[in-house]
Amino acid sequence: MSDTLSKIEKRTAYILILPAVFLVFSIILFPIFANVWISFKEVGLKDIRIPEPRAKKIVKSIKDNPDQLKVIYKLRNSSLILEIRDVKFQDKLPKNIKPINLDERCRVKSNKIYCEFGNWEAKYKENFQILLKSSDGKELNKKELKTIKPKLTGKSDNILLNTNFTLKNFKKVFFQNEFFELLSTTFYYTFFGTIGSIVFGILTAQLVNQKFFGRTFMRSVLLFPYVGPVVALAYTWELLLDPYSGTLNNLLMNFQVIQEPLNLLGQKYLTVNFFGFDLKLRLALTTVIIFEIWRYFPLAFLFILARLQAVPKELYEAAEVDGAGPLQKFINITLPQITAVISILFMIRFIWNFNKFEDIFLLTGGASGTRTLPINVYEQGFTISDIGMGSAVSIVIVALLLVFMFVYFKLIGKRADEN
Amino acid sequence: MKTKSVIYYALISSIFLFSLVSIWKILVTLQGVEIKNFNFAIIITLGIAISLLNLLIGEKLNYYIKSTFFAFIFTFVDGYIVQIMPIWYNIGIFAILIFFSFKINKYNQKYLASEHSSQLVVFDFLTLFGIVLFSFVILFPFYMMLITSFKTQAALLINPLDFSINFNQDFKELFKSYFVIFDTYKFGRYILISTFVSVGTVIVTLLFAIPAAYAVARLNFFGKNFLSTSILIIYMFPAIVLVIPLYTVFSQLGLRNSVGGLLIVYTATTLPVAIYMLQGYFRSIPKELEEAAIMDKLNWFGIIIKIILPLSIPAISSVALYVFMIAWNEFLFSLMFLDNPNSFTLSRAIQYLSGDAETPRQYLMAGSVVVTIPVLLIFVYFEKYLVSGLTAGSVKG
Repeated sequence: MSDTLSKIEKRTAYILILPAVFLVFSIILFPIFANVWISFKEVGLKDIRIPEPRAKKIVKSIKDNPDQLKVIYKLRNSSLILEIRDVKFQDKLPKNIKPINLDERCRVKSNKIYCEFGNWEAKYKENFQILLKSSDGKELNKKELKTIKPKLTGKSDNILLNTNFTLKNFKKVFFQNEFFELLSTTFYYTFFGTIGSIVFGILTAQLVNQKFFGRTFMRSVLLFPYVGPVVALAYTWELLLDPYSGTLNNLLMNFQVIQEPLNLLGQKYLTVNFFGFDLKLRLALTTVIIFEIWRYFPLAFLFILARLQAVPKELYEAAEVDGAGPLQKFINITLPQITAVISILFMIRFIWNFNKFEDIFLLTGGASGTRTLPINVYEQGFTISDIGMGSAVSIVIVALLLVFMFVYFKLIGKRADEN
Repeated sequence: MKTKSVIYYALISSIFLFSLVSIWKILVTLQGVEIKNFNFAIIITLGIAISLLNLLIGEKLNYYIKSTFFAFIFTFVDGYIVQIMPIWYNIGIFAILIFFSFKINKYNQKYLASEHSSQLVVFDFLTLFGIVLFSFVILFPFYMMLITSFKTQAALLINPLDFSINFNQDFKELFKSYFVIFDTYKFGRYILISTFVSVGTVIVTLLFAIPAAYAVARLNFFGKNFLSTSILIIYMFPAIVLVIPLYTVFSQLGLRNSVGGLLIVYTATTLPVAIYMLQGYFRSIPKELEEAAIMDKLNWFGIIIKIILPLSIPAISSVALYVFMIAWNEFLFSLMFLDNPNSFTLSRAIQYLSGDAETPRQYLMAGSVVVTIPVLLIFVYFEKYLVSGLTAGSVKG
């Protein structure tokens, strides 16, 4: 009895989870594996269009011969690179129409024309004609003929499915792609973005954890940058930071903080004189990092605030009795309570900033020294149109990601053991 | 009274006063009024003088008289320095000073003599300073977005610092950018598509996630542990590594440029977190209820509909709102999959607008306002639900 029950239970469970598992598998896991496949191939953006036989139908009436019509099919191979084999053609005729002197590749069977055109090489073109005659003497209906669309089929190689593999893409990724520059930019962006958002998260959480007028309002406002759509916010910032008509530069110049406008998003380096040393600051990258911090510190804030509100009040009261000041309370009570959250946050944010694409793409498009690995995926795949290269860069990202995840789950496991 | 505390108090309060006044000056500058200087030295000196006076006077004077007195002195001196200003500028300065004297009123000689007083003073003012600064830094871009959408290209180029809006003009003139984006750029259609995709994603995600989450939470089956741990791992894979294979496959299947294709992708990317959130909640529902239902010969479908769903409205709402927000704001996939203006989502449409360098910026900002307002409204209205969604979903973002 219990055996059948557990069997039913199992079957129900599989029915319930299967749709979700199937969807996630086909849209998330399959592409990750497909990346590996594509990255070993030389595929360009234009190659992924499957070659198709196409026909454009033109119907013409013939002078002095109202019961005849000429139909021209402009046939072509849509691909400029690949041939199509065994092209088959099929078109329907209205009932009262019969073709005359039909091409020898074709035959008629119950009001349908069937043709076999054989193989079409790349760029193949042909104007194929048929003369039609009315079989019952009635006038032919041009419109009716036009609305019937011919059907064409053919076989072709799908460049993605053949088994020619190459290591070229990976060679290019590591040796011709300024790989180490890319990697260092990505790490710089990720590290400072993460640290910055956590620092501001701690500050704001500490702030909101106190009692003041308008506290709930403040809490909502702090989450605005994260909740707002990235497109709108990035373009607003772009206008704000514009060197000539942007508000920020004009304000700074108005109050004589700077003399010349700063091209905050378009300038790679800013040389700052610091006690006689010339320091080169990555200007555009720094701006992008600041945007990143502005947009994502709310998450750190939420996490840390939740943790702070769970700290027992007695701890603070006891510290007060012992004569601890606010600074001591923060260092000795608050910080130890939130270190666990911070380390987890650090890992999560690190992984996510590492993969951030939209923010940089919308602000600078990867120009002026802000090219990170995810931006490079897009550039390789869709700007340079080299799908294989784009996939190879994706594989590098996935590999690094797996390393980070390993560390992250180790860390979580360790925390779980401690508790 | 400790000297150290007094110095800290005077310095930090005057810096706070300076930042308040400066922010006010920035806002006034943005109304087209010409102010060229923050007058750092003078305002700091005045601030120190006022806070020290506050200590000296203490409670000898009535609080109201004292603060009015401070406000008048400051407004007068400040007005003398910056010269001809509209009267509302001075009123603002006056209000800031009233607020400031209200804040420093609690610091008297006795307070500053107490233990840790210097630290307490610093912490108090840092909090105030933080509130003002963070509100300003966060709200300013939103403010700019809104104002820019009401300006004209010419006005923006002549004086980029003039944020004032002429409310006397015709209603049609004022909202011109909005009329243009709806008439010329078909934003009405994009709103419909975005709404359809987001609401569709919510519905389909819930349809897939609720049964799966129930199975993970309640039923025993082979591979259950593996499934529940892999949910989170899968969730951590970013969209950018999925983009190329999905693009190629969708191109070959003819699913690009279709709203349906987008819906499938959004659903798949939000499913893991939806399942993760829901199963956590389902576990907290007492098992006895279901056992009673099994006695009543309800099958799993009945159990989910009649018992689980009514009890988990809060969790389902937060999942729904979170998924809606993700789908509404999503950009990368809509950029990759849509290149026919007839099937754009709002985000993609705005990016398309900006791709044309000729597009006046007020149209861009009007579009941005249109895409931002629904999410912000939903967020403010349903904040409680969304915050729990955000916290659970924050492994991604």
